[in-house]
Amino acid sequence: MLSFHESADAAVEGISDGATILIGGFGTAGQPIELIDALRRNGAKDLTIVNNNAGNGDTGLAALLGAGQVRKMICSFPRQSDSHVFDALYRAGKIELELVPQGNLAERIRAAGAGIGGFFTPTGYGTPLAEGKETREIDGRGYVFERPIHGDFALIKALKADRMGNLVYRKTARNFGPIMAAAAATSVVQVADVVPTGAIDPESVVTPGIFVNRVVAISPTSMLPGDGQ
Amino acid sequence: MDTSRKLTRDEMARLVAADIAPGSFVNLGIGQPTTVANYLPEGSGIVLHTENGMLGMGPEAHGDEVDPDLINAGKVPVTELPGASYFHHADSFGMMRGGHLDVCVLGAFQVSVDGDLANWHTGAPDAIPAVGGAMDLATGAKAVFVMMNLQDRAGNAKLVRSCTYPLTGVRCVSRVYTEYAVFSLAGGTVTVEQTFGMEVADLQDLLGFDLIDGTAHSSAVAASSV
Repeated sequence: MLSFHESADAAVEGISDGATILIGGFGTAGQPIELIDALRRNGAKDLTIVNNNAGNGDTGLAALLGAGQVRKMICSFPRQSDSHVFDALYRAGKIELELVPQGNLAERIRAAGAGIGGFFTPTGYGTPLAEGKETREIDGRGYVFERPIHGDFALIKALKADRMGNLVYRKTARNFGPIMAAAAATSVVQVADVVPTGAIDPESVVTPGIFVNRVVAISPTSMLPGDGQ
Repeated sequence: MDTSRKLTRDEMARLVAADIAPGSFVNLGIGQPTTVANYLPEGSGIVLHTENGMLGMGPEAHGDEVDPDLINAGKVPVTELPGASYFHHADSFGMMRGGHLDVCVLGAFQVSVDGDLANWHTGAPDAIPAVGGAMDLATGAKAVFVMMNLQDRAGNAKLVRSCTYPLTGVRCVSRVYTEYAVFSLAGGTVTVEQTFGMEVADLQDLLGFDLIDGTAHSSAVAASSV
């Protein structure tokens, strides 16, 4: 079911304690800051968050972590020059970390959306990140078994949606958006514009509307990095 | 290039760039490897890949060019070149894992004689681990080049018999560029291709394992190509 919402708060309604949330973005590019802020106001806690990083500065994902709503982060690269919110929680033992090589993270999310029960990947074989996991030799090469990552919700950002929920993105802000939209039971998308059906060339659709459940238009002037409250 | 003294960082980058074949698809790691882009010859047709979903990445963006939606793996604003393309993360890492990238250039804490790479974690108990795309690149690219200093700050050699830091990838590195020498690695054998201000015998003393001296061959090739 596809619905259009007037506010980010309405778009994240129903996210409850203990949910797993896939959040798009690579650093701040493609980070759905307004949806994350709405999730913070929603107050759901004990969340598992899946994102490439673990927050930058004090806004967006970092603010959600700072509010104490997150029990576990699944990500590839938590430590950055401005990840002080995560760093402090981690050092204090207040947040759990599952570190996943970035390509395995992406493929585990993709697998969830595509109905794959797991896959063997060479990435991570022979390293500490493969410890405890099933391995197999295929044609003389070592592989590690990785499981899909399903989301209860996905929060992503796209450039525009039509009234069918078809999405197009902008430059490297696309990153995890398409695979997260497919991997969540309910995908929530913030876009700069909602356009009439037929206004997006079908050949240019990146995420078909079948993967989209909720859409909210957030004006681009308030979508500059660091502007989210 | 002056071979009587050790290389500067820029000279190392120039050496790496010269070893990348025209038309290659290349991923340059964060930090020093990024500088290789400055020395890729114009018209070489080399296409740069960035893990966050782009082929045809251009130079760093400045002033009005800066666009928060257009960044590289180090989250630095960059530009797009004509013919660029964007794609999602699973496709981007499929390009690595699927063997479509010709070369990646990475930094390292240690490389072993077998080509094992350690570059993501020092193993220090208080360190916050972060791996990013390093394991995917090391495992997936057809050729993995490493750029690093020959020794760490404490003077320990970083080209080692066996890595002591946690591994990034197994038997994946084929060439190592340092300020004193370029090494090629194959089947557990390390060949010195070129030296800069150090003799092969001195390198062998420093590293503590056998090296094959390939410098005569390399300089003959260099001379014949002039």
